[in-house]
Amino acid sequence: MIFPASIAGAQDPIRIGEINSYTGPLASFTVPYRNGWQLAVEEINAKGGVLGRPLEVVSRDDGAKPADAVKFAEELVRREKVDLIAGTFLSHIGLAVADFAARNKVLFVASEPLSDAIVWAKGNDYTFRLRPSTYMQAAMLAEEAAKLPAKRWATVAPNYEYGQSAVKAFQDVLTGLRPDVEFVGQQWPALFKLDAGATVQALAQAKPDAIFNVTFSIDLAKFVREGQLRGLFADRQVVSLLTGEPEYLDPLKGEAPEGWIVTGYPWNAIDDAAHKSFLDAYSKRFDDYPRAGSIVGYNTILTIAAMLEKAGSTDTGAMVAAMKNLELDTPFGPITYRALDHQSTMGAYVGRTAKVDGKGVMVDFRYANGADYLPDDATVRKLRPAK
Amino acid sequence: MSFIVVQAITGLASAASLFLIAVGLSIVFGVTRVVNFAHGSLYMLGAYLAFSFTAAIGDTFVGYLAAILLAALVVGGLGAVMETSLLRRIYRAPELFQLLATFGVVLVVQDVTRLIWGADDRFAPRMPGLDGAVDILGHAVPEYDLFLIAVAFAVLGGLWLLFRRTRFGVLVRAATEDREMVAALGIDQRWLFTAAFVLGAALAGLGGALQIPRQAASLSMDLNIIVDAFVVVVVGGMGSIMGAFVAAVLISELLAFGVVIFPEITLVLIFAVMAVTLVLKPSGLFGRPEFATEEDRRNPDPLLRAGGMLNRVFWWGLLAVGLAAPLFVGDFAVVVLTEIAILALFAASLHFLLWGGGLITFGHAAYFGLGAYGSGLAVFHLSLGMAPALLLAPLAGAAGALLFGWFCVRLSGIYMAMLTLAFAQIAWSAAFQWVGFTGGDNGILGVWPSAWASDPFVFYYLAFAVCAAVIWGLRHAVFSPFGYTLRATRDSAMRAAAIGVDVTRHRWLAFILAGAAAGVAGGFFAFAKGSVFPEVLFVSTSVDGLVMVLLGGLQSLAGPILGAVVFTEIETELTRLTELWQLFLGLLIIALVVVLPHGLVGLSSLLKRGRP
Repeated sequence: MIFPASIAGAQDPIRIGEINSYTGPLASFTVPYRNGWQLAVEEINAKGGVLGRPLEVVSRDDGAKPADAVKFAEELVRREKVDLIAGTFLSHIGLAVADFAARNKVLFVASEPLSDAIVWAKGNDYTFRLRPSTYMQAAMLAEEAAKLPAKRWATVAPNYEYGQSAVKAFQDVLTGLRPDVEFVGQQWPALFKLDAGATVQALAQAKPDAIFNVTFSIDLAKFVREGQLRGLFADRQVVSLLTGEPEYLDPLKGEAPEGWIVTGYPWNAIDDAAHKSFLDAYSKRFDDYPRAGSIVGYNTILTIAAMLEKAGSTDTGAMVAAMKNLELDTPFGPITYRALDHQSTMGAYVGRTAKVDGKGVMVDFRYANGADYLPDDATVRKLRPAK
Repeated sequence: MSFIVVQAITGLASAASLFLIAVGLSIVFGVTRVVNFAHGSLYMLGAYLAFSFTAAIGDTFVGYLAAILLAALVVGGLGAVMETSLLRRIYRAPELFQLLATFGVVLVVQDVTRLIWGADDRFAPRMPGLDGAVDILGHAVPEYDLFLIAVAFAVLGGLWLLFRRTRFGVLVRAATEDREMVAALGIDQRWLFTAAFVLGAALAGLGGALQIPRQAASLSMDLNIIVDAFVVVVVGGMGSIMGAFVAAVLISELLAFGVVIFPEITLVLIFAVMAVTLVLKPSGLFGRPEFATEEDRRNPDPLLRAGGMLNRVFWWGLLAVGLAAPLFVGDFAVVVLTEIAILALFAASLHFLLWGGGLITFGHAAYFGLGAYGSGLAVFHLSLGMAPALLLAPLAGAAGALLFGWFCVRLSGIYMAMLTLAFAQIAWSAAFQWVGFTGGDNGILGVWPSAWASDPFVFYYLAFAVCAAVIWGLRHAVFSPFGYTLRATRDSAMRAAAIGVDVTRHRWLAFILAGAAAGVAGGFFAFAKGSVFPEVLFVSTSVDGLVMVLLGGLQSLAGPILGAVVFTEIETELTRLTELWQLFLGLLIIALVVVLPHGLVGLSSLLKRGRP
């Protein structure tokens, strides 16, 4: 079926189909994300919308099931007649919707999924991804890890695609920078089923100098508490993916680890005018502070608005063309959607964790621009097979 | 050496938590014969309540302990409410309906918990007084782990005393052995059932509450623990307290050392233990075989004969509606209709096993999923087109059923159900973790229909035609000599065997047939979605299938089809309309089980006030 080009009057809204996992165990990640996109939609519509038309988001909950995500993508395109689709959190759901988008020739702005495959191995013409990928964030950490004296490394990662790619990217980049390091132990707990005590003991048994951690959510909380109790982190450096994001750090409360090197989002300490105005607006609107997902949700709508201005219409061909090399300003600074692989250059903050007033925060951080942590163009061309 | 000792202690601490949750499940099953899917929800509620109570009074060791006990008591109270308001109404319903009702409770509790505590994980502080570690052979072992082990032994001892030294305990044991006898002796069963359920619920609540110093309370706790708890109960033997304890220790120690030796396959390990145990000792380590042979009483179904005129009109009508519907509805509705046709076949194949063979399976997703993966992998690895890939789907489903069925048909009742679940979970684990072959959780993409069938209307008619034909074939099988023989083995395996029927072989053939049919559905599902993910093999897919069959009604061949239609429509519309769709779906399921224990098909007889 061909997606019908809209024949819309000036006042008809531009409809954005949005799919994410709003119920189930992921709600703590996706609800701040939804706040983010709602804020952006309200701000843009208050200023008269885009192309003289208001934005309207038609949102669906996939319940963390890829089959339902595809069903709602069908519904949004065929019944709701949306102009483009956006969203998704879990990598495999993002991949399923991306594949749907390519087949049905609909633009898909993949906001949150991290999988490298979305823009590389399984990249397609209609899918663009906003958030810095697993590879980019692992590379940011590997760069910091290379500065440490540690030679013996152990890794702990949930045993699924995200964990495996993160460990592989970290190992590749780190051994490239430091050929003298060796990886002496690996733990692959099942996702959300970490047997914390046993895993911590097994890691300690490998006697590493440093640990690369990819576990998150309930697994992370268990790992941190058990590791501290059993002295795993004493005299060891820990490098940990995403742990600086408030979604991951805040549930740990007083037990937030100190001195871990992490990627994340130090929302209360970023000294930047663009971010300040986002922070104020968000806090005022929701009486809450933003999480990393809020920024992603906000930037998703900013992306779509900027793309529509550039495309000048809601014709899918024009929108896809506009996404390529699209430049826009975000609370994280300017970002670009690379024409090469459809990845945005949105970055992340890299720093160390610390405890202030009994809460985990990020200190000594810097903004790592995503553009600096992608492989060179020739490598990317190899990773992203031409269609 | 010291590492082995410390790792063993660590394993014992995990065993303690697993034991507390499993033993409650086992007691409840022993007395009431209800497989309580909501046991994990009670565990989750225990954790959340304890989180809130410790925030209020948990500053000292005594306060923290009081908070944990209070949480267990409150969950026990909720258990009383659940038993008297819901379970009491459905003790006479077939056991699968009870399972369905408790699954409805899972959905309701999930949303209510989210409404009360929010979606964020809730991480409680450590327990005051037990917040450090002690040195054992040069390794730091958390004090709380030792406390947990002590609690488990205390609970084991307490239960032993309760069951040996008190009148209540003796009655519970008697009811576990022979319910009718206890009733005949004039014991008030209602009171006994309520008390046993409250005890089980309180133990689940205690298990959850005791977790909060080790892990954050989260919304994924319920389903994460329930499958493991089932495994422990089944390995130990349903209804056996000692069995639950031994099985919990066995499994936890295996996992503790498993992460050292083969850290990548811990998911498979636990189900492999269950499969091996059930093959070697079909009623679990400490179980009694009586539980498994209640078949004569379980199936009071009237004999089903090939339908008369009215029946034929119904089936032709259904066919006509299926053929004509796409002409009157929109694009998206055709997509939903395709899904309905596929799921109707999935449900019909499950119904064939459940009703035709009396073979209770919790793992029917395995054959559906294998069909989907068979097609998906054929496209992915062999670059086959749609038609040959679809032909592989029933072969994959049948091959899975051939293998799994060989083991499963040697068991019966709840043990068979659990072994089917174990195999499905093993298949799921393999699909999830064997990234090189299956693509892992990133799945297989690009499984789209060939160009000639890519129009949703064409694909719908293709799926509809094939699914309808296979459903017709299954219906035909029920009324063939094979089908009648199979039903004889269902109604009385012993009598069937006495007249020379090879019961095991007939059941095995039924598995293979149902597996092939489910495989066809899975193959079409892959092409309808354009992708295959491990979720198709997960326990939730099996549960969806059961919901469809039971919603429609077990005693009619039209039931699964009606169930698939209604379930798919409700789910699609509810998730569109409200974020609380799980709450509403759960309430709807509970209401249906209570009001319509014979499913939607029973509606007509209810209206006619005839026999069900």
